[in-house]
Amino acid sequence: MSGYLSGTLAILCINLIFAYGIFIPASAGQINLGGAGFQAIGAYGAAWLSSVAGLPVWTSIPAAMLIAGLIGFLISFPVLRTRGVYMVLATFAFGEVVAGFLLWTTFFGGAIGMVVPAHIELPLLVFCAVAVTLLTFYLMATRLGLAMRSINDDEAATIVMGVNVRAVQVTAFTIGGAFAGLSGALYAHNFSFVEAQYFNSLLSIYVLLFVLIGGVQTAWGPLVGTIFFTLLPELLRIGGSWRYVVFGIAIVLMMMLRPQGIVTRAMVGRMSPRRWMPPHGGTGIPHGQ
Amino acid sequence: MTSGSVLARSRTIWQTPAFTVAVVVVLVLSGIAVGGQVVARQVVSGLMLGSIYMTVAVAFTLTIGVLNFLNFTIPTLFMITGMVAWGLIANGYVKFAGSWAWLAALTLGVAAAIAASLLVERFTFRYLKMKHGDATEHAVPLVSSLGFLLIFEHLVLISLGSESQRFAVPFKADIHVAGLVLGVPQLVSCVLAIAVVAALSFVLKSTKIGRALRTIAENPDTASLLGVEVDKVVPVVFVLTGLLAGIAGALFTVNYGSVSPFMGDNVGTKAIAAMVLGGIGSIWGAIAGGLLVGLAETLSIYFFGGDSVQMVVWGLLLAIIIMQPKGLFGSVSTGKGKM
Repeated sequence: MSGYLSGTLAILCINLIFAYGIFIPASAGQINLGGAGFQAIGAYGAAWLSSVAGLPVWTSIPAAMLIAGLIGFLISFPVLRTRGVYMVLATFAFGEVVAGFLLWTTFFGGAIGMVVPAHIELPLLVFCAVAVTLLTFYLMATRLGLAMRSINDDEAATIVMGVNVRAVQVTAFTIGGAFAGLSGALYAHNFSFVEAQYFNSLLSIYVLLFVLIGGVQTAWGPLVGTIFFTLLPELLRIGGSWRYVVFGIAIVLMMMLRPQGIVTRAMVGRMSPRRWMPPHGGTGIPHGQ
Repeated sequence: MTSGSVLARSRTIWQTPAFTVAVVVVLVLSGIAVGGQVVARQVVSGLMLGSIYMTVAVAFTLTIGVLNFLNFTIPTLFMITGMVAWGLIANGYVKFAGSWAWLAALTLGVAAAIAASLLVERFTFRYLKMKHGDATEHAVPLVSSLGFLLIFEHLVLISLGSESQRFAVPFKADIHVAGLVLGVPQLVSCVLAIAVVAALSFVLKSTKIGRALRTIAENPDTASLLGVEVDKVVPVVFVLTGLLAGIAGALFTVNYGSVSPFMGDNVGTKAIAAMVLGGIGSIWGAIAGGLLVGLAETLSIYFFGGDSVQMVVWGLLLAIIIMQPKGLFGSVSTGKGKM
């Protein structure tokens, strides 16, 4: 496999896991514009645990993921007090605070960044990406996933149905933080270097766009959105700034023509093989697995 | 977060705007008393910077207050003004204006920002309105504005390069007041920024279009029922947004004598901070917030060093959004709708 192809695949896997981290809260109606903050926590956590504490990869990555999930859990309580534009701003501010902290403190190398000695190869990235994807599909088919979709559709009605909305939202935010942290940890070990400038607000914006353009109604959305926007520029072979112009135009057109995202629930329902099968009990199997 | 009733909430003394202003003035004056002229100079430059933030913050607060729309293109509109003006001069398109070329270029730059802003309106609000009957309930404009942010920024990068460029302004005279050095451009920009915002405040309060805007801000459907031509009034918001961001960009260019494709990034985020601090949807809040953020920035750089600014400003902001989401002057009802 050529270096170019494996590099693109590695980015695709990391972006996909990151996108699922943003998707899970988004599917419960919470827009997280601070994704880069969670990814940075995972990346710096793994970098520190691996290079300074000397932990092996199979410990440092899960530990970094847990740390990011824990911070997601803690931050979800204040953040979930806000809604609408305020929530967008609160999460955005969180991302900026994390980046600002990493730049300011000398504990993690400040603006110089950190070198990560332990390197992981592509197969592990692919394994993690597949695992996270399958886990998300499973999650969306559970009662929790149903509650998340329900909150996104109508929060008041969900409360009336007896769902503990706050608990569901906290869970979604925590899982999202853990996934974003995992993507950061994988990034750190694959690229062998982390610096705070990489985890800027533009990164948060991009990954949120992957998710919103892909669609938040089903777990297919982030998959399609991430693959589409990671591979499209590569396939078009357009370089430099033009690829971002094309990306921007695609976003504006998507929002005009199909604001629910590329993949909608109705579309998955139409394409599902179960449509042609005789109905027999249980709804446990998620679409298309 | 609470019941949402803002009608009968009594405020404790420390929640009133007057108290906050008094605290800030006392802090600043005691700072000057302790630090002398060095601190006074920081205060002056902080207020100058604050007047730029303030103008951009008003643009943000206007679109959120009226349309419930966090417009991420505003920093790029700010940048477009400076870069277009520089491009016009560098390519010799404004030679006809002679020694006033810089002013002609900046005016055209502001016009370009307004045109770009109307483009955003055309492809977000007008289109959505045609399709769904209402555009203020969706996250769609927000996402579209992120798309436009990418388009504008990278088109500028492609056509004008990524370098920081010098923008020469003919007047360099300084005024000396009580030992403080005030640049004429800074002084003019500060006065102009306050004049623009005061004019906007007058328009919103006392004119027909201002009344229409405030009605839409309350409820677009009701406004429509009451005979407000929503289709014709919404573009006005975008013209004002382009105008405010453009004027701020022009003032920044004149003040600092340089432009770059990234000049909007820092100012944009600080303006968002200023808006939240003042209270989303409140014009006077944006003004106070802008000046406060400008002051906080120069003073924290002076006292604590440059590395702490990002963390301190955004940390405070996060705390304000969570604990006092209405800011200093706003009302809790703004921007709380489902997105």
